[in-house]
Amino acid sequence: MLRDEDRIFTNLYGYQDFGLEAARKRGDWDNTAAILQNGREWIIENVKESGLRGRGGAGFSTGMKWSFMPKNVTDKPVYLVINADEGEPGTCKDRDILRHDPHKLIEGCLIAGFAIGASACYIYIRGEFYNESSNVQRAIDEAYAAGLIGKNACGTGYSYDVYIHRGAGAYICGEETALIESIEGKKGQPRNKPPFPAQAGLYSCPTTVNNVESIAVVPTILRRGAGWFAGLGRPKNTGTKLFCISGHVNKPCNVEEEMGIPLKELIERHAGGVRGGWDNLLAVIPGGSSVPVLTKEICDTVLMDFDSLRDVRSGLGTAAVIVMDKSTDIVKAIARLSSFYAHESCGQCTPCREGTGWMSRVMQRMVTGNARMEEIDMLLQVTKQVEGHTICALGDAAAWPIQGLFRHFRPEVERRIQAYRNSAPLAAE
Amino acid sequence: MSAPASDHGHEPTSFAFTQENLELAQRIIAKYPAGKQASACMPLLDVAQRQNGGWLPRVAMDAVADLLGMPRIRVYEVATFYTMYNKNPVGKHHIQVCTTTPCWLRGSDDIVHACKTKLGIGLGETTADGQFTLGEVECSGACVNAPVVQIGDDYYEDVAPEHVDGLIEALKRGERPKAGSQIGRRSSEPLGGPTTLAAFTTQADD
Repeated sequence: MLRDEDRIFTNLYGYQDFGLEAARKRGDWDNTAAILQNGREWIIENVKESGLRGRGGAGFSTGMKWSFMPKNVTDKPVYLVINADEGEPGTCKDRDILRHDPHKLIEGCLIAGFAIGASACYIYIRGEFYNESSNVQRAIDEAYAAGLIGKNACGTGYSYDVYIHRGAGAYICGEETALIESIEGKKGQPRNKPPFPAQAGLYSCPTTVNNVESIAVVPTILRRGAGWFAGLGRPKNTGTKLFCISGHVNKPCNVEEEMGIPLKELIERHAGGVRGGWDNLLAVIPGGSSVPVLTKEICDTVLMDFDSLRDVRSGLGTAAVIVMDKSTDIVKAIARLSSFYAHESCGQCTPCREGTGWMSRVMQRMVTGNARMEEIDMLLQVTKQVEGHTICALGDAAAWPIQGLFRHFRPEVERRIQAYRNSAPLAAE
Repeated sequence: MSAPASDHGHEPTSFAFTQENLELAQRIIAKYPAGKQASACMPLLDVAQRQNGGWLPRVAMDAVADLLGMPRIRVYEVATFYTMYNKNPVGKHHIQVCTTTPCWLRGSDDIVHACKTKLGIGLGETTADGQFTLGEVECSGACVNAPVVQIGDDYYEDVAPEHVDGLIEALKRGERPKAGSQIGRRSSEPLGGPTTLAAFTTQADD
């Protein structure tokens, strides 16, 4: 188990105040000027060396992402944008950072913004997180008043502004280019890439978009050293991670643990175990709603990191662990996600707009078994026609849970279809 | 897409920001670079909605468009794209039950049922006295505290069907029930206390 002294988010549960004074006592804003004075290259190199991979789902190297930003931009502003549009079902980790440790985020915003040469930062917070936004705004106000951000931030001569932009209820704005569109005052519809945000992002200016957790861990990494962070977890899957454990466990919770912790240990040590015991486990969605479901046999041994979960054809995603015990109607659980994606499709790309609705309607029939056997393969074929054929990954995210369901639970759906035909032969032709 | 005007007989004929909200609007516009005031569209729609009792008539969208120098159709597009902008009147208390899979696994169907029974209305409906609107929402983002019910700006978490009656009665009395976990745990910690952070979780300060 991760030692408490290696935990970054020491106020995860809000036992202490989120304000500046208490945050300083927890180590935030401790001589931030010294970090900045090491220079942009030093910061980016150290974040690269730490092995930090983006905590928003994709798992791309954070330092690498920063290094893609153009150097020496003088003709236009450069922006850092923080993705706090947390909405992937199962995921509620950034919420705890926003409401209980906002100064970690704001200090990270300053350091990251400095590293990429930004003049301002917009934190895009999902609209429903009204109270969380209020805490972040109070922390921003405190940081301005203390001279930590704003003109001559931390006394370094660097000027840097931090603003909040609240969303208004659209899951798609968690996609980085949709988020940028949304800040620009438009519908949140993703842009084609290229150009990538690093070339033309917010207001067509060079922009980096990072997840809340990715940025909030940066100050601690730079204080304690890239080697400390890289020494936690496993190679290429380093550091600590906030896990959200929901569903059929005795004690659902968020917890910071070491990357690569066995899934079973994570659930039993922190979430009080599976309801009814480990043998009552049916399945786990290990990384938020878009990653494929895992069976108990896989959960017995799988490790919680990017590469381990990729190797079992799923993903770490946002590290949101959704646990389902044997009482679960697994087909209905996945069908509910299909209806989520149909609701949240922005409507821009035809395969997603039409496909998510179609897949959701067919999945509803699979729940009751009111379908023909050959429709299973037809459905899987349609998931393949949606996946990879849309501007953004929402189409993929809608396809993968269905593919995961049939990979592991196809006999259950076939049983329902057969039972439905036996009980209602007329309805099934 | 048709014009987002309500045809329910509620559409007012005019909308004007209060002086206080006009000043707030200027502070919001100042957060964005010169010439990029369209960025203020979303926050101003929120200000307008709050001023107008929780919903956005078309005249309020027009007021935002005019204030920002935007074509009205661009503001209608935004107002109709995002689910938090209510295009029809809502009750004084907007109760939104999350029913996405993590909440569903923890019994959100029972919460919806309890709300319907208590209020005597269905999803998307408002009580005859205009006090309560009941809705269903997609993932609220508080999944380890499921089931989650959002009422206004507040999240009510770890909600059981038996909590629903008390919450609604308190709202009827004009109270604002204590938000957060309804079973007494602190935010997202495991029930019974944290398994980590011993040195940081001993002194509560609320």
